[in-house]
Amino acid sequence: MERRWGMAIDLDRCTGCEACVVACHAENNLPVSTPEQAARGRTAHWIRIDRYFEGEFPDIKVRYMPVLCQHCDNAPCEPVCPTYATYHNPEGLNVQVYNRCVGTFYCANNCPYTVRYFNWFAPDWPEPLALQHNPDVAVRPAGVMEKCTFCIQRIKRAKQDAAGDGCPLADGDVQPACVQSCPAEAMVFGDLNDPGSKVSRLAGDGRSSRLLEELGTKPKVFYLQKG
Amino acid sequence: MSPAPELLPYRQIREDLFRPLSRVSSRYLFATVIAFLVGAAGLAAWGLQLHTGMGVTGLQRPVFWGIYIVDFVFWIGISHAGTLISAILRLTGAAWRKPVTRAAEAITVFALMIGGMFPIIHLGRAWLFYWLLPYPNSRMLWPNFRSPLLWDLTAIVTYVTGSVIYLYLPLVPDLAQLAEHNTPWRQRLYRALSLGWTGSDREWHALERAMKLMACIILAVAVSVHTVVAWDFAMAIAPMWHSTIFGPYFVTGAIFSGIAALILVMAMIRKLLHLEVYLTKHHFDRLAKLLLLMSLLWCYFTLAENLTVWYGNDPKEMAVFGARTRGHYAPYFWTMMFLNFAVPFVLLGIRRLRTIAGATVASVAVLIGMWIERFVIVVPTLANPRLPSASGFYTPTWVEAAITAATFAAMAMLYMIFAKLFPIIAVWEFKPHPQEDT
Repeated sequence: MERRWGMAIDLDRCTGCEACVVACHAENNLPVSTPEQAARGRTAHWIRIDRYFEGEFPDIKVRYMPVLCQHCDNAPCEPVCPTYATYHNPEGLNVQVYNRCVGTFYCANNCPYTVRYFNWFAPDWPEPLALQHNPDVAVRPAGVMEKCTFCIQRIKRAKQDAAGDGCPLADGDVQPACVQSCPAEAMVFGDLNDPGSKVSRLAGDGRSSRLLEELGTKPKVFYLQKG
Repeated sequence: MSPAPELLPYRQIREDLFRPLSRVSSRYLFATVIAFLVGAAGLAAWGLQLHTGMGVTGLQRPVFWGIYIVDFVFWIGISHAGTLISAILRLTGAAWRKPVTRAAEAITVFALMIGGMFPIIHLGRAWLFYWLLPYPNSRMLWPNFRSPLLWDLTAIVTYVTGSVIYLYLPLVPDLAQLAEHNTPWRQRLYRALSLGWTGSDREWHALERAMKLMACIILAVAVSVHTVVAWDFAMAIAPMWHSTIFGPYFVTGAIFSGIAALILVMAMIRKLLHLEVYLTKHHFDRLAKLLLLMSLLWCYFTLAENLTVWYGNDPKEMAVFGARTRGHYAPYFWTMMFLNFAVPFVLLGIRRLRTIAGATVASVAVLIGMWIERFVIVVPTLANPRLPSASGFYTPTWVEAAITAATFAAMAMLYMIFAKLFPIIAVWEFKPHPQEDT
């Protein structure tokens, strides 16, 4: 059976430490922004921590929510792209073909989660960050849209390794950078088509819900939160 | 009141209307230089944007569409001046249209040429714009016809083609006349363009039929074009964009701003080319009434759009509604209401104020107001996405302003060149019996 990659994020465990954000930057060759550009909303974080505040000062509570591409089964970004630069692959991933993107911005406008990021300038890494590029991930030129890939390069590597060892891909063999680096182990990644996988069990949990589910986008990221 | 231009002797009409073609005043040269400089500055700004990246604009996450898209909708709206109005008047047989139609049709063609540039200017990788075209290529790739941007491209290319034909057809008899006595290069130009028109009965008959047919086609195309422009927004699931009213709302707004552009251009050519006898108070009065009607219709749509959102009270939509009417973008919204409704209502509704000057002032107000209207539609929605933590603001930069200014200069320049090469009022339409020789 085809795989259907998905993720579960336990919000009751998330501490908002942003280790996932840093790991994603390192893994996926994300461009680094300057303070001036960051103040103008020009940062690129394929995963970001949204903060929600409850109550009035001083009796205040902060809630953290890691938001990344939800890899919707019914993705609103896909039909609007005039060049098929974004499409659904057979494993349920919403993939972005950088070479095909001409930069109409339409996908980003139609994404209800605002998780698409644009290359406003040619990417630039101050020394020594330029020395730590991941050779498995393309560096994107100015003018194209990009977003979370569920670390597709790691999925490919895990499949190759499993094939080399002559055994099937086991649950937990694929770990995107954010999942791997989460100190609270709040994130779980796996195959939603495998009923025995950890992510499938968590997706069916009573605490599970999906972001903006009511839009009918069928996201594949499940958020777990009590009551 | 001055006599109707139809009553003037045809010889005088011909002289009056061909005269602007043979003289270039110093004022004309000065205006051309200014337009050229502003245009060159805009081109330089675009060059910088192509070289450095879209970061030179004020765009940011989540406001990915800014005033380039505003300009796009604005100019496509202006293009509804011509063809649509002239087609309606031609089909309904309104006799007073004669001195108005060509001025209007020329606006359409140039506004479309300019408006059609913006989707390209606004691309992240503008040099690859042809990837949106269904051209044969070795990798057998097709563009995605499910994308409203493809519908847009198709509609605009159709409209440009149709408008050029619609402008060109009624030019042919005038071109044949111009080819008769002229300087050598002009003679060659007009003779080539007049396609060997001799003025036979058969040719007049064919022209008449072709124009009627084109008028019918162009009406449908014009309505569809701006509907499709509206669907670029309405097909997205963004709050206050995803609205069924957008198609007709945009068509109304387009005709509204189109008439305003036509009145302004007519007032200008009337003064500059001394056509006071041909473009009379009578013409302005009729167009002013049409403008007032469109103002009321636009206001009705605006009310329908906003009232339903407010009453429905959906939090996501209310965030946009609040930003428009009370928040960051409220000054834009209320300026828009003032310019698009209050000003035309007073200036055009009161008969004593509905003069040429009054109509011109109201038109300028409407043009500014309709530009702001597009800004109010495009930006607040994007600035207030469904996840509140992702919201942001947008302020255009000088690059965007320079490119916008350049398009106005380009419009002026194209129009001035056109008015020097071709009579801006169709001369043959004043012939008592076009089929007979003078």
